[in-house]
Amino acid sequence: MNKSVLLGTVAAATIVAGSAFAGTLDDVKARGELICGSNTGLTGFGAPDASGNWAGFDVDLCRAVAAAVLGDPTKVKFVPTTGETRFTALASGEVDVLVRNSTWTFSRDNDLKLDFVAVNYYDGQGFMVKKDLGVSSAKELDGATVCIQTGTTTELNLADFFKSNNISYTPVTVADDSEAQRQYEAGACDAFTTDASGLASTRAAMADPANHIILPEIISKEPLGPVVRHGDNNWGDIVRWSYFALLIAEEKGITKANIDDIVKAATDDASYDPEVKRLLGVGDNDTGKLMGVDAKWAYNAIKAGGNYGEIFEANIGSATPIGLARGLNALWTEGGLQYAPPLR
Amino acid sequence: MADISFVRHQMLDPQAPPTSQSGVVKWLRENLFSGPLNSVLTILALISIYSLIKGAMPWLLNGVWNANSLTECRQIIADSGAAEVGGACWAMVRVRWNQFIYGLYPVAEYWRPTTAFALMFVALAPVLYYGLQRANALMAGIVGVLLVLALWGLGTDGYHIALSAAVMAGLTALAWVAPKKLVWVTLAFPAVAYWLLWGGSVWGTVGAVAGFGLFALVWSLTQRHVGVVVAAAIGLIAAVLWWSLVQSHITGVLAQWFPIELRYVRSDDFGGFLLAFVIGITAISASLPIGILLALGRQSNMLLVKTLSVSFIEFFRGVPLITVLFSANFMLLYFLPPRTNFDLILRVIIVVIIFASAYIAEVVRGGLAALPRGQYEAADALGLDYWQAQRLIIMPQALKISIPGIVSSFIGLFKDTTLVALVGLMDPLQGVRKIVLSDTAWRGIYWEPFIFVGVIFFVVCFSMSRYSMYLERKLKTDHR
Amino acid sequence: MTLAIDAPKDHFRLSMLVYDTRYRSYTIQFIVLLLFFAFLVWLTNNTIANLAMRDKDINFDFLFNRAGYDIDQQLIPYTNDSTHGRALFVGLLNTLVVAFFGCLFATILGVFVGILRLSKNWLVARLMTVYIEVFRNVPLLLWIILTFVVFSETRPQPKDFRVTDEMIAAGQEPAANMLFGVIAVTNRGSSFPAPLVDRPLGTVTIATVPVNLTVVATLAILLASIWGNIVLRRRAKAVQEATGDRPVTWWKSLLILFAPVILFLAALGFHWDYPALKGFNFQGGITVAHSFTALVVALTLYSATYIAEAVRAGIMAISRGQSEASFALGLRPGRTMSLIVLPQALRVIIPPLISQYLNITKNTTLGMAISYLDLKGTLGGITLNQTGRELECMLLMMLIYLCLSLMISAAMNVFNAAVKLKER
Repeated sequence: MNKSVLLGTVAAATIVAGSAFAGTLDDVKARGELICGSNTGLTGFGAPDASGNWAGFDVDLCRAVAAAVLGDPTKVKFVPTTGETRFTALASGEVDVLVRNSTWTFSRDNDLKLDFVAVNYYDGQGFMVKKDLGVSSAKELDGATVCIQTGTTTELNLADFFKSNNISYTPVTVADDSEAQRQYEAGACDAFTTDASGLASTRAAMADPANHIILPEIISKEPLGPVVRHGDNNWGDIVRWSYFALLIAEEKGITKANIDDIVKAATDDASYDPEVKRLLGVGDNDTGKLMGVDAKWAYNAIKAGGNYGEIFEANIGSATPIGLARGLNALWTEGGLQYAPPLR
Repeated sequence: MADISFVRHQMLDPQAPPTSQSGVVKWLRENLFSGPLNSVLTILALISIYSLIKGAMPWLLNGVWNANSLTECRQIIADSGAAEVGGACWAMVRVRWNQFIYGLYPVAEYWRPTTAFALMFVALAPVLYYGLQRANALMAGIVGVLLVLALWGLGTDGYHIALSAAVMAGLTALAWVAPKKLVWVTLAFPAVAYWLLWGGSVWGTVGAVAGFGLFALVWSLTQRHVGVVVAAAIGLIAAVLWWSLVQSHITGVLAQWFPIELRYVRSDDFGGFLLAFVIGITAISASLPIGILLALGRQSNMLLVKTLSVSFIEFFRGVPLITVLFSANFMLLYFLPPRTNFDLILRVIIVVIIFASAYIAEVVRGGLAALPRGQYEAADALGLDYWQAQRLIIMPQALKISIPGIVSSFIGLFKDTTLVALVGLMDPLQGVRKIVLSDTAWRGIYWEPFIFVGVIFFVVCFSMSRYSMYLERKLKTDHR
Repeated sequence: MTLAIDAPKDHFRLSMLVYDTRYRSYTIQFIVLLLFFAFLVWLTNNTIANLAMRDKDINFDFLFNRAGYDIDQQLIPYTNDSTHGRALFVGLLNTLVVAFFGCLFATILGVFVGILRLSKNWLVARLMTVYIEVFRNVPLLLWIILTFVVFSETRPQPKDFRVTDEMIAAGQEPAANMLFGVIAVTNRGSSFPAPLVDRPLGTVTIATVPVNLTVVATLAILLASIWGNIVLRRRAKAVQEATGDRPVTWWKSLLILFAPVILFLAALGFHWDYPALKGFNFQGGITVAHSFTALVVALTLYSATYIAEAVRAGIMAISRGQSEASFALGLRPGRTMSLIVLPQALRVIIPPLISQYLNITKNTTLGMAISYLDLKGTLGGITLNQTGRELECMLLMMLIYLCLSLMISAAMNVFNAAVKLKER
């Protein structure tokens, strides 16, 4: 009896082995819920608030994807992942999509068998130092002690930067963001390096932001974006276009507040901008069919948390305590890098 | 003959001892300044106590309880003129205490874990004082009163308070009338606690319990004919068949006719001390039977069984818990059939059970080793077979000796639950703290969460270790 | 009526495999073996299937690729150009060094606290009880983090040590001073003077690990001196036993112990390299990062409580008559403890001590909370993260820890057998 069970298992295992992870979309639909890998808590980008609701810049993208696929932005389960566990969680199918400020790099794309489908935040690694250190350029940091967070691309960038400038440094690795801030403020390191967005928000939360400066050098490119498993192209397309829909919405001036009016106007007006019509599924436009989602997918995604600009401003924009400027993340029409392909 | 010139006729009244030999001075001399070394030690001790108090007291006393953000806290402290010494911002604890205790568990459902926690004490009572009417009833009564107070403090609605109070009153009555029957409460507790914590339809839980009932039934029917091990195997097959084929049909129908259900809570929402207790208690209680089997395996005469048990125990005692936790995260899914997926908390609980069972096995082995050889021989002389001897003679004594060891394993495990944060779960020390700190209102706060969590850990672990010491003393008397 | 004199004839029947206790164990073992192999096959199959599904393989080649990251504490030379395999070794050495110092200090502190807890001094005994209870009942992780924070928050910054010309002119003292003028404890780490020689003997590289010949030679001379001293003392003892008079040895001992080393080092041009504030940091000397110090201190403080309890239990297990006899012989309390009670208590203390050493070794992994780059930090942390080879890294890591644990318990068991009461 043992043997037959065993053989059965082996056979079953071989059959399943042939079909790699495909059909994430079907899984999500069958489950009625999107599982989104998130940060364990990063100010502005993703963390549960006092009443336990997840909120943040990355979180809103998850909600938009959930809205596009399931029609309901609340049908998301957030699985907190650490720097070490995030890619495994995705690769093992534990989460459907990872939206957790992860940098798109060559080796992650190829070696880890993952696909970065979009860049929802263009970042770069910078340095913050205390003003009284008397340093105005990162190249003057010879011999300095630098705080870095482990398990990220930053330690590799840092090593490369100091190597290429032929100067030395002492790394102080720290476990997380708040620890890095504390050490830096206590003076345990001369400089604190992380993504510029992180530096800005850390600086904003300090008691004396005026005494700290962010050095002009940005030593790396850090395109952060949602990640899906390699090989499931349909699912990748859905996540990618849910994001692009938010961008197009901003480009076209569609906001959470006026979207219903625009739908109405577009329905009534035959000469209304055809791209908006396609985007919002007005009339007999059904862009969702090709991806296997509802015709109103983009409408739902935008309705969930607003367009890209709205999400940015609500979570990390200049009105929030984090106070990030759009910078590289402005639309291409406004001098930034955020550019969506045409929806046609 | 010598002339006795003086004979005293009446005794002198007793004199008061010199001041150096009485009262406070004597106590001080004997206990604090009995020699130069002791005096130095005393002075050193006094200095260290003083500096500790001097360093921490003002900060603790200047604490601010009413504020909504760290900036507000800092402002209030600065206004009170204590900016120099600073002050604690306890307001964070006041605002966010519930997440430290319950994690993201829905606020309206707080009464469920609280009730489960209270029921745990009642379920433990028969283990702690088996059959003692007064102690059992007292325990149930006190826990019941505390539960009602706690629920009231949590703002639970009256219906659930009344329900919980009624259940606790019933249990108290049961403990008074038939204290030995409380064992059934202990047996039912895992299922009840599971249902209370996770919720969902009651019939799913009942169905799962029925599987165990089936197992016990089949086992007791067949055990006489085919022996303990084979009977257990048959029972297990029957239970598995029930769970996999029959259960869902029956419970589905029952759930339609009698829809009794609680709101389903996902294990992802578990956090804080709730998570620590769930992991710790499940792991210890589930690892107990496995640990006993492993300990018996290690003492077995069968070479293969012994080798396997020893390698299992030594492997899990030889690797750090962190690596085991990371394996739960990284590796368990590789070892299970493809596309199996279940949530991280369950995986963590499974590996912690495996990990703890290796430690429990060693504790039980200690208990077995402490038994005099005569007990084994007496059991053999009575003609009992292996399992009978274990069940009737060996285990009751060995387990009794191991109780303090089991309690200290539990304390160790409970403290180690703080490590689950490293795989992304919300433990009170790191996970919840990180969430709270990522809130812009509390960003930059540092000591307060550590102190709050540390104090709770201390209270829980300290009382358990005191209890285990008390047990140790109590158990000692009947062995010497 | 016949008497059964012989045992029943053994006609082997199949049913005896189940009902005869002589054969039953073989049946059971056979079934267990079968189940065990079935389980192994099942695991292997699943793993292969899962790897195939994720388009992965098991491959340890990454150990020979460039690591690319820096490690702040390295006992063997390492740069970011070194391989992941070398990073593993750096991490392993970091683990070992923490475990070694943790065990050493925890034992010393634990023995002291255990004795003090039994002290007649009321205050001291209570204080020790409080210390033990507080540290035992709060998670170690918390202590590690807190110790680290205390170090980095309470110590001055390096720039506070700076003495500028204006300050000298104004007669000001710097905000912080070095301990004895040579040791600087900043909020980043502790800088100690480093021993240096002008004419080093050079280094040989053994398996890519450079070995400093000066250090080796110094150690060799030291060992030789110690051996010489032992010989001297043995001779003195022989003389004492033969004649009853012990020859004066103290100055000979001192001479044998220290003169060769001092002469050797002087010949090589020995001097201290004092740490000095240059640029942002203290340069020169040996700098120990606080993540290391904090981890050792926290492990020591935490584990010492367990060792103290073991010591106390050991001492209490020694019958009172032993110390009374010792007092009767006229020994002072201190010598009673060290000569009579502790050696006997050792036998009770060692088994729990072994498990504490194992715990300390395993608990070094908690250094990841303060980013101490031990084996967990390099192999199980950054390497795993950069290469995505979780299966390989975790297996390798568990294997290494397992070997460490087994080696420690083997060594300690040998020691235990040596001190065990020899019953004749």
